Amino acid sequence: MFQIRIHGRGGQGVVSGAEMLSVAAFLEGRFAQAFPSFGSERMGAPVMAFCRIDDREIRLREPVITPDALIIQDPTLLHQVDLFHGLSPDGYILINSTRGFEALGLSEFTRRFRAPRLCTLPATEIAMKHVGRPVPNAALLGGFAAISGEIRLASVVAAIREKFPAAIAEKNVAAATESHALVAAAREGIHA
Amino acid sequence: MLKQIEGSRAVAEAIALSRPQVICAYPITPQTHIVEGLGEMVKAGELTDCEFINVESEFAALSVAIGASAAGARAYTATSSQGLLFMAEAVYNAAGLGLPIVMTIGNRAIGAPINIWNDHSDSMSMRDAGWIQLFAETNQEALDLHIQAFRLAEELSCPVMVCMDGFILTHAYDRVDMPAQEQVDAFLPPFEPRQVLDTARPVSIGAMVGPEAFMEVRYLAHHKQLRALQLIPQLSAEFKQQFGRDSGGLIRTYRTEGAETIVVALGSVNGTVQEVVDEMRDAGTAIGSVGICSFRPFPLVALRDALQQAKRVVVLEKCFAVGLGGIVSDGVRNALSGIQLKGYTVVAGLGGRSITQASLRQLFEDAGADELEQMTFLDLNADMVSGELERETHGRRTGPTAEAILRRLGTVGSQVG
Amino acid sequence: MELQTVKFYQTGTFTVGNRLLAENERSVQANMERTNSLNSGHRACQGCGEALGARYAIDAAMRATNSRIIAVNATGCLEVFSTPYPETSWQIPWIHSLFGNAAAVASGVAAAMRVTGKNDVRVIAQGGDGGTTDIGFGCLSGMFERNDDVLYICYDNEAYMNTGVQRSSATPPAARTATTPAVGPDPGNVAGTGKNVPLIAMAHNIPYVATASVANLRDLEFKVTKAMGIRGARYIHIHVPCPLGWGSAPADTIRIARLAVESGLFPLFEAEYGEVTGRTKIRQRVPVDEYLKLQKRFAHLFGKQPDTARIAQIQATADRSIARFGLNGD
Repeated sequence: MFQIRIHGRGGQGVVSGAEMLSVAAFLEGRFAQAFPSFGSERMGAPVMAFCRIDDREIRLREPVITPDALIIQDPTLLHQVDLFHGLSPDGYILINSTRGFEALGLSEFTRRFRAPRLCTLPATEIAMKHVGRPVPNAALLGGFAAISGEIRLASVVAAIREKFPAAIAEKNVAAATESHALVAAAREGIHA
Repeated sequence: MLKQIEGSRAVAEAIALSRPQVICAYPITPQTHIVEGLGEMVKAGELTDCEFINVESEFAALSVAIGASAAGARAYTATSSQGLLFMAEAVYNAAGLGLPIVMTIGNRAIGAPINIWNDHSDSMSMRDAGWIQLFAETNQEALDLHIQAFRLAEELSCPVMVCMDGFILTHAYDRVDMPAQEQVDAFLPPFEPRQVLDTARPVSIGAMVGPEAFMEVRYLAHHKQLRALQLIPQLSAEFKQQFGRDSGGLIRTYRTEGAETIVVALGSVNGTVQEVVDEMRDAGTAIGSVGICSFRPFPLVALRDALQQAKRVVVLEKCFAVGLGGIVSDGVRNALSGIQLKGYTVVAGLGGRSITQASLRQLFEDAGADELEQMTFLDLNADMVSGELERETHGRRTGPTAEAILRRLGTVGSQVG
Repeated sequence: MELQTVKFYQTGTFTVGNRLLAENERSVQANMERTNSLNSGHRACQGCGEALGARYAIDAAMRATNSRIIAVNATGCLEVFSTPYPETSWQIPWIHSLFGNAAAVASGVAAAMRVTGKNDVRVIAQGGDGGTTDIGFGCLSGMFERNDDVLYICYDNEAYMNTGVQRSSATPPAARTATTPAVGPDPGNVAGTGKNVPLIAMAHNIPYVATASVANLRDLEFKVTKAMGIRGARYIHIHVPCPLGWGSAPADTIRIARLAVESGLFPLFEAEYGEVTGRTKIRQRVPVDEYLKLQKRFAHLFGKQPDTARIAQIQATADRSIARFGLNGD
């Protein structure tokens, strides 16, 4: 079972991101479960959403405590909330930021993880460019596909098309595709 | 057809397939997505021959359903927590009038203090009202149970509550297999009421019944639920035949053969329990679990059969009887009447507190070693509790507990004046 | 020879079984074919205004709809005295659910009729003042707001009679009830601001609102018939004296109801979509004393030292009502 935890703030599409991720996995014929950390509707408050992916029925019903991957949609949460709690040393970290891990003050921290599994990605900027709104979830999913290989970009694209009406969907697809390419290239760079 | 959708959406689609005729809705977290989904389907013309009515309170919601059902229409509504209490009078009324209304309860804690998260206290508050109460373990089961519920309700002339954990199930995206309309139509025939408001055959419904007949009427209500003990497994078997999967029934056992310790629970926590059972079985522990699906009628005989060979039973419940102990435990104890074994009550998950695999593992190991109290509150913050008790011994005026705890924690919001 | 003007009064209005009229002009009650929807054998008190009002109203509705009526009843006198288990006096399909939900249950029945294609079957919800102005107020407002196709009839006897005459928000100032006893410096019910449900119904802009009285059968039948010709939410408020609760002679029920109308305390009017469209003018106005004197619930206002101040207040209410609805006859 692969567990993902997404952190962000209300209004950034954290919950839909987790949902689309589960749909992407479903489209690949796998089992997936996505759910938010629940609360009253409130923009701007820190929120979490979770996604589990497996090849058998998922029975577990607890928040993701030991994630295999973290997607951080809002870097302002970084030194406020314990975002990395429970992350395994083999875990993936994808942060929505124009800055790198060092500039974010995380270089010391990230030393205990595996470099090819860490990435920062200017997802909000990419979203603004293609969609015109600062909702980075689709872009981050494209990046996640690239960095983890847990789902394919094609599945992410299909999930986006299911979620959004046609015009908006294509813009999000473009954002996800660009992010995917960016992250894939960055990984190439690291390997090289 | 396989779909990856939100639990609420799955339930809404299952309700729509069941050809409801009157749906009344009042919003309350966490069931609202269900009725919103249904409202959309009606408005868009996808769900036809159905009236969707926005009402002004939960009391009105169930009352509209009562009128519709008594007049011969298949009626549905949904609520949670405070809403269920607000319609309490109507809940008893619907059962007493034998109206086959189906209602979803998105299980949520009851205040004060106000809490929007999951536990079973709401359904439990109405456990003696005469409704059949079925608890879903998964979103698949939740959608399946609604289809079974309409059939069950109409065959018995008894309202049915389908209970599903708020947020944990209602707001989770899961893979579900949605039946086709033809399948549901084959399983669920049109509503044919036994007694109906009809100008061609006038009847008076709802008269006062005095001491000369009231006991008999109530006895027959009990008898009706006892008949449900037969009908529920029958419908589940028929459902399996037609839809190809296990859903519903009275209880579901998991690896109980040769189990020394058996855990009993209701609802979605059974999934986590089964994960822990597998883990512990792999490590050589003889442990199993039983999920209760039909809480009313309470499956005394089925439980007795499932539990009597064990050395100990751990009842894990998301509710409790204040001043007494466990609610589900009471029923289990009843089922095990005359049998000597160790019984433990564990109250967990109240107000939405997560029940984790790790906690359960520890809990079941303690139980196995018989190092558990008779009644435990799982993962209780002992410091917070002892601090508050300490404060209470020093002051004569105690006041509301929640606010007092907040003050101790120093939360700004509680510093008023 | 001296000429003297002689006024002739038509007697039809006050005479239920007026045989001076053609058959098709007779009241429903005068008609041999009347449905008697609330049949005899019920357990109402002698002289019960509510039993009278309910029979008048439902029979009129039955004629207007060719006997296609389902009734929903709130808990109260009418429900209790008409259905002593295992008997019932109702000859129509009838349901009693709870005290406060008659309007909502009726909405449900109406929805069921629509969805099962029985569009000619109409729904009447009925309740006393307690079930309408107090505990059923929320559901009533909800039904109005949705404009559900329901006629709600309130039989107003100005207190919770069935449970032993307790005060409701419809109880008039100074009236004695079990919870507003005639003792102390301020005996009887307090003055209060009043709660005029017909006006509140009008504020919902529903298609039809009317007040009626058991003293004016023709008017009541006309209004119910008119209401049944309209689709959507409708409200009729009928004044029904209660000999037991009001402390009046059972034989005086209709007389007292007439005095309430003629004093101005119970105005008869109609409204559509929030505007008053018709009123019954008072031909011979009477001072409120004549009305109050016949009821023991107001006895403490009279006697050796009449409470002239309070009687004056009540008179002022009547005056205002007459002015407001334009009830001054010629």
